[in-house]
Amino acid sequence: MLLSRKWLNEFVSLPISEVGDHDFAEAMTISGSKVEVTTNPGAEIKNVVVGVVKEIVRHENSDHMWICQIDVGAEELVQIVTGAQNVKVGDYVPVAMHNSWLPGGVHITKGKLRGVVSNGMLCSVKELNVTTHDFPYAIDDGIFILSDDPELAGTLTPGQDILPIIGGDDSLVEFEITPNRPDCLCMLGLAREAAVTFNKPLMLHDPVVKAEAGDDINNYASVTIEDAELCPRYTARLVKNVKIAPSPLWMRERLRAAGMRSINNIVDITNYVMLELGQPMHAFDFSCVEGGHIIVRRAKEGETLTTIEGATRQLTPNMLVIADENKPVAVAGIKGGENSEIVGDTAMVLFESANFHGPTTRRTATALGMRTDASARFEKGLDVENTYLAVQRACELVEMLGVGEVVEGVIDVMPNKREATKLTLVPDKINALLGTDIPREEMVKYLLDLGFGVEGDEITVPSWRMDVEHYSDIAEEVARFFGYNNIPNQMAASGVSAGGYSEKQKFEMELGAACRSCGYDEIITYSFISPNYYNKINLPENSPKRDSFKILNPLGEDTSIMRTTTLPSMLEIISRNYNYRNKSAKLYEIGKIYLKREGDLLADEPRILSLGAYGSDMDFFNMKGVIETIFEQFHTEDVWFEADSTNPSYHPGRCAKVFAGGQEIGVFGQIHPLVAANYGVDAEIYTAELSFDAMMAVKGGLPVYQPLPKFPASTRDIAVVCDISVPVAKLARCIKNAGGAYLEQCDLFDVYQGKGVAEGKKSVAFNLTLRAEDRSLTGEEAENTVKKILSALEKEYNAVLR
Amino acid sequence: MKTLLSELRQRAVAELTAAQDAATLDSLRVKYLGKKGELTAVLKQMGKLSAEERPIMGQLANEIRAELEGTLETKKQEIAAKALELKLQSETLDVTMPGKKQELGRKHPMYNVLDQIKEIFIGMGFEIVDGPEIELADYNFTKLNIDEGHPSREWTDTFYFTEDSKYLLRTQTSPMQVRTMETHPLPIRMLAPGRVYRKDEVDATHSPMFHQIEGMVIDKGITMADLKATLNLVVQQIYGEGTVTRFRPHHFPFTEPSCEMDIQCHKCGGKGCPTCKGEGWIEILGAGMVHPKVLSGCGIDPDEYSGWAFGMGLERLAMGEYKINDLRLIFENDERFLKQF
Repeated sequence: MLLSRKWLNEFVSLPISEVGDHDFAEAMTISGSKVEVTTNPGAEIKNVVVGVVKEIVRHENSDHMWICQIDVGAEELVQIVTGAQNVKVGDYVPVAMHNSWLPGGVHITKGKLRGVVSNGMLCSVKELNVTTHDFPYAIDDGIFILSDDPELAGTLTPGQDILPIIGGDDSLVEFEITPNRPDCLCMLGLAREAAVTFNKPLMLHDPVVKAEAGDDINNYASVTIEDAELCPRYTARLVKNVKIAPSPLWMRERLRAAGMRSINNIVDITNYVMLELGQPMHAFDFSCVEGGHIIVRRAKEGETLTTIEGATRQLTPNMLVIADENKPVAVAGIKGGENSEIVGDTAMVLFESANFHGPTTRRTATALGMRTDASARFEKGLDVENTYLAVQRACELVEMLGVGEVVEGVIDVMPNKREATKLTLVPDKINALLGTDIPREEMVKYLLDLGFGVEGDEITVPSWRMDVEHYSDIAEEVARFFGYNNIPNQMAASGVSAGGYSEKQKFEMELGAACRSCGYDEIITYSFISPNYYNKINLPENSPKRDSFKILNPLGEDTSIMRTTTLPSMLEIISRNYNYRNKSAKLYEIGKIYLKREGDLLADEPRILSLGAYGSDMDFFNMKGVIETIFEQFHTEDVWFEADSTNPSYHPGRCAKVFAGGQEIGVFGQIHPLVAANYGVDAEIYTAELSFDAMMAVKGGLPVYQPLPKFPASTRDIAVVCDISVPVAKLARCIKNAGGAYLEQCDLFDVYQGKGVAEGKKSVAFNLTLRAEDRSLTGEEAENTVKKILSALEKEYNAVLR
Repeated sequence: MKTLLSELRQRAVAELTAAQDAATLDSLRVKYLGKKGELTAVLKQMGKLSAEERPIMGQLANEIRAELEGTLETKKQEIAAKALELKLQSETLDVTMPGKKQELGRKHPMYNVLDQIKEIFIGMGFEIVDGPEIELADYNFTKLNIDEGHPSREWTDTFYFTEDSKYLLRTQTSPMQVRTMETHPLPIRMLAPGRVYRKDEVDATHSPMFHQIEGMVIDKGITMADLKATLNLVVQQIYGEGTVTRFRPHHFPFTEPSCEMDIQCHKCGGKGCPTCKGEGWIEILGAGMVHPKVLSGCGIDPDEYSGWAFGMGLERLAMGEYKINDLRLIFENDERFLKQF
């Protein structure tokens, strides 16, 4: 909402010279009407004055330029060369003097044009940042002849500053109005706020309509509301013998300040009333309303309407229209139809001042892609009591401007009477909520100034304040003008509470820290993915993981379903980094997946730890080592891995399921080269998908101190030869079982195939640490243990000492 | 014999003193002091001496042995020290060469900021709570006093899972207010950070998924003064002691009175600059007293209990903190970006 400070003074006396723009903006913002920005339309214009043309001669060296002698109120005339063709002797024109500034940072200085001195420039409307809508007597293609405007002619003095003439001495304040305050989308509403903010009287005006034409509107027009929910009230008045012409200068200037185009006197009056009182209005060419009968109804299936700007709109029964007996003539609260538009020869006008249902107006405007100044107001829900005042004000303006003759009588249809909201004033309750000690009288003053009624403890909420329905709303009104910043900063005396992280939150933090200590960077990925991503990771058609929550109105396919696996998210990021030619990446995310569940339509939202990496240092065992390190960090016991050749996303020979503490934790391995290719990555990608809940469930308890060994260990290296297919983990487990109490540790240190080892065989070497708790082992005891181990290896896996 | 000994002594001392390395020194030791060495050889001739001469020569020989051994030891240490010095010299490194770094991973910058905020609230006795992102419209809207017909409920603004508009992706963390009030014993001090979703096309300042932090206090005697004091304290901890704040009236359907909190622009000190878009202030959060309707809807008697709540956008906070100028960077997860924090 744009507010003209000059116009504001009509309601509350706050001249810019007394209250500067900055102070005005601060105070209004602090009392709840947030100022976005204040602009001065004339700020860029300097040293431009009114001049009168005294003499014009042809430029000798040009077939289109003129040399003008201009009186700018100085002793000597100023010579200016112009290329415009519409300047005559006696015209008053805007003169940009030597060393003047125009909008856009244009600097005008004296110079020579084809050898002739020009001491400035004559300006067009465009050069002054106004339009021919603002000054309808001017032309676009030529100099702005000020004296062509009948209202300006006779008021102009050579040398006077141009700014007041073109509204450049105003300040335009842009407000951000919250959706609960549609009453502030007009001058009156903001003036009321400003009056209370600055503690100044609000000057109100009751419109007076003489209706000297007599007659009776009921002789011509009738109104029927078919849907009272969508149209709670419809008020109308009639004007005859209309003379369409431009509006007066003052009205044009105000419309322009509010960011609206001047069209003609009738249309301008409707817009002016909307800006002044917040009630959108419409003017119909009454001769086009068949039967003189306004019917407010839902559109019929298949009905269309060509709106004023020329587009044909497809209407549906969800939309409200204003119709005559045969056809729609307007989309209610949004835009009028071309078929009843005010045109040059319009003679009889019906003013509509109605109240329409907010959500319906909004949905219709959205569906038609046509949000207008009117619909933007209606959609927030307007004061049903305002329609009468507005139509009266419009008719008053008609008479004031001499636009036509107002017909006696008002049609005012309001099927359901509205009851005023009544609340009880309980100052203690308000102070208790705010933590203040504001006296009752102060509260009452604010409320009265805002237009509330207060009698005893009973508050009557004004009709335009539909947002006020509760004592807490009253508290806000009081607080706004008492000043939020005057409320003390006083912490409540409350008991101590423990606060803190839950076990789950702590685990999440520690898990993240463990990943980072392994060199993995944290990422954040979208929770929604494309259904096609399941194909990209090669998920079978019948995979239960394809059963995702589907967004019915997604932004696009790529973000249309909730992920049931984090793998596509991780691969997407890996692929992006790869495409950015980052040499390597190690990434992790603790992110949710969204799974359907029994019982309701909400989701199970378990967390998954995803790891993803590529780069020259990455291989299967690197990723496996990270997983083992993380488990070690949490003292998780009984961690083992099983080859998984069936996971379609992974390399069949380089994928393992992860188990710990008797639970399946997840899967990791090298991404299948075809899947990697789907992501455009020509490198080995390693990923892991581990259940956060399972990892937390199997994490070890508090470690218990184990006494450090007192006696030395004996170490022995053994190398055995066995079939290639025998997993090393099984050999190790066999060694541990056979080693008995003396075997403290068994570490793999070499696996070898090739020369010296038979085809189909491999040599596997372990380093064994043997120790007794209570003495040094004898050589014989150590040898016996190794023998037992070797014989078990041979017996179980046909693995023989190399 | 005396002459012999003194000549030997002179020669040995001279040779020992001249020795330059450990090997020479050792061969001299063998040559003079060894079992078959020259001194031993001289001593072997002691038998030929008279009884009077023998002790005198014996003493002289022992003196010479001790002297030679002393010289030998001194020289040995000298040579060792020299050798060490040479070795150390040869081991000299170019200390300006790069170190061998341990590549640690980084926390996502946004979660750095989130963790900072969590710590602040935990220090004030808040609990961190988490809740569903696929949410009921009842919790996301209705129980928060956002009626049917409110623009934010439109399909153009909110992602829905069912045609009846009952199941959706939460558009705010505020449903956690309701969920906490319904299940948590009073009093409540909670913080609920999380993902939220709105139908916004991706650009430099918008994303269909982003993060909010919700906080709420419910107790007896909670006032707007408490809201102000607490949030001021939080802001001092985030932005530093002495940060100037202000509260402005605003509108949220589920709080009344409602406010927005601004901090004075740290760049221009409130004069107005590009950072604060000329306003001198930067909006950081929305807050208000929990609407009595919301309280009673959750089974809490608004005549007995009151509370306040606030919500803030995490992305904007993180972007401000790290001067990140494009929201897309947050979700792009480029290593070159992540490694900067």
